[in-house]
Amino acid sequence: MNEIKDDSAALKNEFTNLDLETPEKPYLDSNELIINMGPQHPATHGVLRVILKLDGEKVLGTECVIGYLHRGVEKIAENRTYTMFNPYVDRMDYVAAVSNGLGYCLAIEKLLNVEAPARANYIRVILTELNRIASHQLWLGTHALDIGAMTPLFYTFRDREEILKIFEKYCGARLTTHAFRIGGCQYETYAGFEKEVKNFVQFVRPKIDEYEELLTTNRIWLERTKNVGVISGADAIALGVTGPVLRASGVKWDLRKAQPYSRYQNFEFEIPTGENGDTYDRYLVRMAEMRQSLRIIEQAVNAIPEGPIMAKVPKVIKPAVGEIYQSIEAPKGELGYFVVSDGSTQPYRVRVRPPSFVNLQALDVMVRGMLVADVVAVIGTLDIVLGEVDR
Amino acid sequence: MAEESKTPVPPSPEDKKPATEAVPSKQTSAASNAVEKPPAQPAASGAAPPAKPAPAKPAGPVPEAWNSPLVEKYKHQFGSGLEALSYLGQNYFAVDRSLIANFLKLLRDDDQFDYCVDITAVHYPKRDKQFDLIWILYSFSRNERIRVKTQIADGESLPSSVPIWATANWLEREVYDMFGIKFDGHPDMRRILLPEGWKGFPLRKDYGILQQDKEWVQINLGIESGQ
Amino acid sequence: MLNSLMSYLGSNVTPGEANNQLWALIYVLIIFAGVSVAVIAMNWLERKALAHFQVRLGPMRVGPHGLLQPIADAVKLLLKEDIIPSESDKFVFWIAPLIGLLAAFTVYTVVPFGPSQAVSDMNIGILFMLGVSSLAVLGIVMAGWASNSHYPLIGALRSSAQMVSYEVAMGMAVVSAILMTSLHGAGIYGASNLSDGTGTLSMIGIVQAQQEQQVWFLFKFFPLGLVAFVIFAIAMVAETNRAPFDLPEAESELTAGFHTEYSGLRWSLFMLAEYAAMIAVSSIAVTLWLGGWMRPFPHWLSGSAWDFIFSLFPGLTFLGLGAIAVRGTLRMPKHEYFRVQTIGLGAFALVLAGIGLLLLAIAIGAHSSGREAIARAADAMNNIYWFVTKIAVFMYLFIWYRATWPRYRFDQLMKVGWKVMLPISLGVLILTAIVGVIA
Repeated sequence: MNEIKDDSAALKNEFTNLDLETPEKPYLDSNELIINMGPQHPATHGVLRVILKLDGEKVLGTECVIGYLHRGVEKIAENRTYTMFNPYVDRMDYVAAVSNGLGYCLAIEKLLNVEAPARANYIRVILTELNRIASHQLWLGTHALDIGAMTPLFYTFRDREEILKIFEKYCGARLTTHAFRIGGCQYETYAGFEKEVKNFVQFVRPKIDEYEELLTTNRIWLERTKNVGVISGADAIALGVTGPVLRASGVKWDLRKAQPYSRYQNFEFEIPTGENGDTYDRYLVRMAEMRQSLRIIEQAVNAIPEGPIMAKVPKVIKPAVGEIYQSIEAPKGELGYFVVSDGSTQPYRVRVRPPSFVNLQALDVMVRGMLVADVVAVIGTLDIVLGEVDR
Repeated sequence: MAEESKTPVPPSPEDKKPATEAVPSKQTSAASNAVEKPPAQPAASGAAPPAKPAPAKPAGPVPEAWNSPLVEKYKHQFGSGLEALSYLGQNYFAVDRSLIANFLKLLRDDDQFDYCVDITAVHYPKRDKQFDLIWILYSFSRNERIRVKTQIADGESLPSSVPIWATANWLEREVYDMFGIKFDGHPDMRRILLPEGWKGFPLRKDYGILQQDKEWVQINLGIESGQ
Repeated sequence: MLNSLMSYLGSNVTPGEANNQLWALIYVLIIFAGVSVAVIAMNWLERKALAHFQVRLGPMRVGPHGLLQPIADAVKLLLKEDIIPSESDKFVFWIAPLIGLLAAFTVYTVVPFGPSQAVSDMNIGILFMLGVSSLAVLGIVMAGWASNSHYPLIGALRSSAQMVSYEVAMGMAVVSAILMTSLHGAGIYGASNLSDGTGTLSMIGIVQAQQEQQVWFLFKFFPLGLVAFVIFAIAMVAETNRAPFDLPEAESELTAGFHTEYSGLRWSLFMLAEYAAMIAVSSIAVTLWLGGWMRPFPHWLSGSAWDFIFSLFPGLTFLGLGAIAVRGTLRMPKHEYFRVQTIGLGAFALVLAGIGLLLLAIAIGAHSSGREAIARAADAMNNIYWFVTKIAVFMYLFIWYRATWPRYRFDQLMKVGWKVMLPISLGVLILTAIVGVIA
């Protein structure tokens, strides 16, 4: 079977500069150790296998083996109609399902050359930002747990429940929401939606302060996260890293501001950035993003326009022949959909550009020279979801 | 279920033909308001695309010419090997295979397209050059996103973009994994999502939706079949 | 034998000093039982407190409010299959937890619950405690070695390196406390001619020195005593492999701990040894800095009235616990599935209240009547109560630390131990010596 003994030859990744030059050289250096982490491991956030080459405690190189959760979503897309494929996209990044749905719906709407009405856009923005907060809360809980602080997990999950309750009332599902349709939203907001969302915003603001109180100035947290997993802005751009990881390395870029979609240009919010590109900065950036999301939600929920929630989209969706690419700022980075249509009811090709997949590539660069205990911290800080990495 | 009967078979051939003919013809003809079969007619007369209602009633958006200083510069440089078009506001270059390596490098070096968003492929089995390879590039300084397309035949390989953008490493591995297109000069050309030793390239159109590499499953997992 | 039994009752020294083996044995059995019960209670408390920190309830089903959970866990572990890795060194594998347990329990020979409530008052008591508790490292290394697998081995070596490095800082802090016993001046800054006094390493002697100097060593030569105490408090957490120094046994790190290959009863022996070690080092801290068995404010609030009031505390504590249990009983769901639990909790409440009343009776009896036997009993009760209460505070702190903080990375842990703790403790030691001479 696939034993680890064969993987010495596999660790020839140029970026690691592992010098296992010749496959005939069967021995490792006497100080070096190849250790396998996963795919079942409490800290790899899913079925991820990381092969580490260690010199004592120091990491000389890594290799990620992925594909354990590959479900062939892109192939399935070619065999479903556009509307039927909509629920499938939730299952990729299952933590932030609403964002996935938003990206897909925007892509197909672009292909059809329609735009969702204003009311639908506002509802979309509210739900997407709520989902961003939920995703960051889950990230915070699991990341802190990996580093050893077991309590923030329970606090963030308890607060995340409120968001999931709102989703459940809106569309019936907590996690894989299928909230949006091509052309707008299917469901009207339920009675009391605005009030509940406003209550939630009031409720969660002090909670975010509570999480910060536990961690931000804690000396142990600082020592575990400062200067761990550093990636420079230039490296991040070259590696195609996006999302909070890029922003923490100093590049102030957010698709919601650079190429706004779904009426994001109507809202006022800031883009938090960091300086050093280490784990601590990524933590601060995500905490600040949660607060900015709250700002957006507040502005949106106070100004939801009246009107239809669905654009005029034919019942049978048959876009013209052509191809487009539409991307959004998902909680994890730039999530893009490249859709090729051949004029029929089923897409000819749907390519999902997964942010976690591309970010995971950067793991190798970030972890070289660090200690073994930092690998876990860096995997956590990249905020990957294997469903999206493998699709 | 209704879709089951469809799944192994690509969508009706008549639809395919105009689509596959339309795309290359767009690329080779200079003018762009050419062939466009109205997509609303599913199966009917696939026979005579060009003559019909195209000029009278534009049935849908069509790719238009894309004019910009960037395009001018490259048209000067590469001449006829390069087409610049724009569909629904999204700009793309359609480039000959031989020019691609140079072109991508110039895009990064001279025009600050420093972020390679995605590399992917599309399979058109009925065409001569079966694969469409697409690079999606973005420039931070210009806030501009473009695509670069090229076509290659089955069995051909392309120079790898890893020396240009580091992110191309895994992206090209996935293209190889799913389509079987090899990239020369890639430091680590092997499968990424599927296990080593898997036979077949799933995203090709001749790979069935339910198809699996039974041999691999039986040897490695010890079960009869994964279905 | 009855003579031997009765003759000791009148004495006011420990059985060790009185050379009374029978009572020494009885004390040993009492302490053994007491520590075992304490470990079980600590297990329950840890799960409940941790849960409440994390906004959840913890065990609620096994016995009312999970009170029988530790017993259920113990029974489960006893009944588990005893798995021994085939390639392991069988003898070492078997003996490793026993050595850890031995080290953890033997130190209780000198732990002073009162001026005569200890098994034996060795005149090198504190040295004995530090030395024997270091033997636990041996048990850990043996466990890692015997498992014949590189993850436990790495974990064991890390754990032992950590324990050894923090022992140095612990030792220095202890020495500075011992220095203070050789002074005879009363009060926070009181010292006097060193040649008059004789310092002592005996645990009982240390507490008695605090009694003489009328100050807890925590406050002596403020802030030196405090700093030494803080160093010891941190080092003892690292010594027992508890959070935030629990990298060697954390699950989400790459190398699992030294006890990976142990299952069932053997693993529970390690846990027993860990909790017992926690109580043991807490008792060192309590003895050296917090005045041992002395009640709070023995000199500011002195006099028989205050003595009486403070001697009511044990009874009131148990009555309070009983009241909490009664409240819990009243709040049990009124459904027949909960009948047994309600009855159980009620009975437990009654037992606690009964103990409380008994202790109150002893206190009141000692105060009002003058009978010597009751006075002795009241003394013993008070001493043991205050000692145990102070240890309980430390236990709660251990749990609190675990709930709140992330864990240190191993190199940071070692850095803190050698580059921060050791210099500070050396500095405190030198300053204590200087102040002791000058003042």
